[in-house]
Amino acid sequence: MSSGTSSSSIYVLPHTVEPNPETGLFNAKLGIWLFLASEVMLFGALFSSYILLRVSSVNWPLGSTILNIPLGTLNTMVLISSSVTMVMAWASLKMKDFGKFKLYLGLTLLCAFIFLIVKYFEYSAKFHHHLFPETSTYMAIYFTLTGLHGIHVIGGIIVNSYLWGPGSKMWLDQPERFTNRIEIAGLYWHFVDLVWIFLFPVLYLL
Amino acid sequence: MDAAHDVKKEVRVYLMVFAALAFLTVVTVLVSRVHLGLAGNITVALIIATFKASLVAGYFMHLISERQVIYALLTMTGFFLVFMLILFLGSHHDPITGSVYYVPQTVSHPVH
Amino acid sequence: MAHDSNHQDSHHPKHGFWRTYVFNTDHKMIALWYGITALCFLLFGFGLVMLMRWQLAYPEQPLPLIGKWFGPTRMPDGVMLPEFYNQLGAMHGTIMVFMGIVPLAVGAYGNFLIPLMIGAPDMAFPKINLASYWAFFIGGVVMLASFFVPGGAASSGWTSYTPLAVIATTGQTMWIIGMIFLITSSLLGAVNFIATIFQMRAPGLSFMKLPFFIWAQLVTAFLLLLAFPPLEAAGVMQLMDRVAHTSFFMPSGLVVSGEHLKISGGGSVLLWQHLFWFLAHPEVYVLILPAMGIISEIIANNTRKPLWGYKGMVYSIVILGLLSFIVWAHHMFITGMGTTISAFFQATTMIISIPSVVILTALFISLWGGSIRFNIPMLFALAFLPMFGIGGLTGLPLGLSSPDIQLHDTYYVIGHFHYIVAPGTIFALFAGIYYWFPKITGRKMNDLLGHLHFWPSLICMNLVFMPMMIQGLAGVSRRLYDGGASYAHAQGVLHLNVLMSHAAWVMAVFQIPFIINIFWSLYKGQKASDNPWESTTMEWATATPPPHGNFAFDPKVYRGPYEYSVPGATQDYTPQCQEKVI
Repeated sequence: MSSGTSSSSIYVLPHTVEPNPETGLFNAKLGIWLFLASEVMLFGALFSSYILLRVSSVNWPLGSTILNIPLGTLNTMVLISSSVTMVMAWASLKMKDFGKFKLYLGLTLLCAFIFLIVKYFEYSAKFHHHLFPETSTYMAIYFTLTGLHGIHVIGGIIVNSYLWGPGSKMWLDQPERFTNRIEIAGLYWHFVDLVWIFLFPVLYLL
Repeated sequence: MDAAHDVKKEVRVYLMVFAALAFLTVVTVLVSRVHLGLAGNITVALIIATFKASLVAGYFMHLISERQVIYALLTMTGFFLVFMLILFLGSHHDPITGSVYYVPQTVSHPVH
Repeated sequence: MAHDSNHQDSHHPKHGFWRTYVFNTDHKMIALWYGITALCFLLFGFGLVMLMRWQLAYPEQPLPLIGKWFGPTRMPDGVMLPEFYNQLGAMHGTIMVFMGIVPLAVGAYGNFLIPLMIGAPDMAFPKINLASYWAFFIGGVVMLASFFVPGGAASSGWTSYTPLAVIATTGQTMWIIGMIFLITSSLLGAVNFIATIFQMRAPGLSFMKLPFFIWAQLVTAFLLLLAFPPLEAAGVMQLMDRVAHTSFFMPSGLVVSGEHLKISGGGSVLLWQHLFWFLAHPEVYVLILPAMGIISEIIANNTRKPLWGYKGMVYSIVILGLLSFIVWAHHMFITGMGTTISAFFQATTMIISIPSVVILTALFISLWGGSIRFNIPMLFALAFLPMFGIGGLTGLPLGLSSPDIQLHDTYYVIGHFHYIVAPGTIFALFAGIYYWFPKITGRKMNDLLGHLHFWPSLICMNLVFMPMMIQGLAGVSRRLYDGGASYAHAQGVLHLNVLMSHAAWVMAVFQIPFIINIFWSLYKGQKASDNPWESTTMEWATATPPPHGNFAFDPKVYRGPYEYSVPGATQDYTPQCQEKVI
């Protein structure tokens, strides 16, 4: 497994593909879950701040009177669809169907772009109506939460584009490792979806 | 390595979860129009959101059959998160004496 | 292993300068970079406080010799401006905590020792490890650059309390951006540490056979992973407050310089403090736990007997980690947040002192009956115990909400936490450098220079920080530009400022032997074998310096980490990866 001298050793990192028998996980899977746990605390802190600001306010506007619910619903649907195509992309790799994988991951990327475009129209409509982050604490938390979520979407797009394009070459020589990569990219992407599932009712409906 | 038809079975589950998520999204929008009082609407919306989130986490993220280490990690994270929220609120609203601290003056209403 | 394609080809060492030294993903090289950078930052942060001590001892007198170098916006005619004093104070704290001690204790020690001690070829994610270092480096550069923007660096204290920080100059924006980089670095590092410890331990190395140092790093990594994100959230919100003029932390009706601020208001000042201390209290444990880990290794090795109560220490450190998430608001007793919640935090604070005392007591008892070798690492380790004890015990009155009303924000607080981090953590870090230097370089550090470093540092540390406690009990507030000279109640203890400043400068002079020692020993130090301290843990079982991939054999573990003086053995130490007791 490991070998060599100080001048030219090539060593193998254990558990990059095959799971550790004790934890039952390969390295990157534990890694992504640790990262997601920290993300839970990040968004959790923002949600806690939202709740503290809201309960201590005298006069908190209803999101439905300010935001565009049809657009928000559309975006929720788009993100849910992207989540299901993401998991289908992974399942396609499991079934050794690379063509379908390309299709599904492509659809995931398409959905992510649609989400951002819709978000862009929502933001510009708000600016057009002179609703800026400084307008009220409600608008501030709206822009901060959706903005941070948007950054996560962009991050997901970057990772998924790499895996869809140049990164997919790995399928040829290390198919299992590539499938694992899609799985952990998927875990991140589902988490981004999951955050939105809470953001939508909290900001738009309540 | 993997039995392909197992994955095929899973695909059916994914599609069912997708349908449930879409349905619940519509439900949550419709229910928010029913007047249940602010507390009622918040409760219903959060219950639906939590259910949707559990579907995503359970099936898309495979948490329904995951390893012990990950359950332990997420339990610990959830524990800290709950403490954070409760203690933030506790410093605002005293649970025993009932006094309320830190009421900011106003939140200016956005113009529309 | 079935998949030979998993070879880390990029680790082939025959690369050019950039790949060998700068973008090398080998954990030992990254650790060295972390260590060197962090030591430079520590020296820089120490330099800032040297300037502050002049101002405190001799308020508004021109600083001799170098005073003119700082220019009219900082020190006109060599006299320090209050604004510059505030920048020095804020940046001293930030640099020491986030750019000095944490990168050294976690980034350098953790990176270097975790794979070696658990018998792994590298960290689980070598590229992420490299990214973590460079995020730290960029964050550090942003922080340093902030001294040169208009208005200077951040000046609202290392805690950056709002609303003061929101209305501060551009330096505060740089502080937030720098912090976001540092937080990212810590998160990447923490993910890597935990994954490595869970996934890559050598066969036979169960959790209860881990060296205590690894336990300390594991708990620390969890604290970094779960406590830092709320500060990141807070940083984003403060950035919004500053750049987009939101009011997350800005109360309504705020008047600055006689003018109403044009903001929507409705924010919560308390929210910033909650989010900040939700990180910053676990951060205190991030500062001390790796130090305890280092001390445990050195004490077990130099007493030539097992650590007393290893299991109890492990349980204590885990409980310490868990509890550290629910004690943060003892920093906020006088914000008026209400008695019930104060009582809760006071109770948890008293509870968390128990595991700390358990660990310290176990370390003290470990000395009992040992044939102690008083080498330089051991001297620092022995000094750590009472110094940390003083620091910890003086914290108890601060954790109780009623005495805290008197002591909050006085020099007593400064004395208390400096006892923990300066003669505590930093002594542990020094001890670690003296202890592991032979593993890194193959040479021991010089003993005479070590004594010349240790004894004056120990004496001066106490001369600097003990008088602070006295000043604090007399009611002198911290963060005063003149050190209390304009306050009637401070007059009786004002002369101590001169003593403390001189002790600090003497201490600075006696750091020079340490710096000389590092460079001298690098070339001229006594040659050391692979295991010069006759230690049991696995980093000493490989060659010196450790090769790529760390071990030329497949390490297997047969016993616990501290099998010293095993009855019946001829050798007084039995390494973890040695099958038979000799």
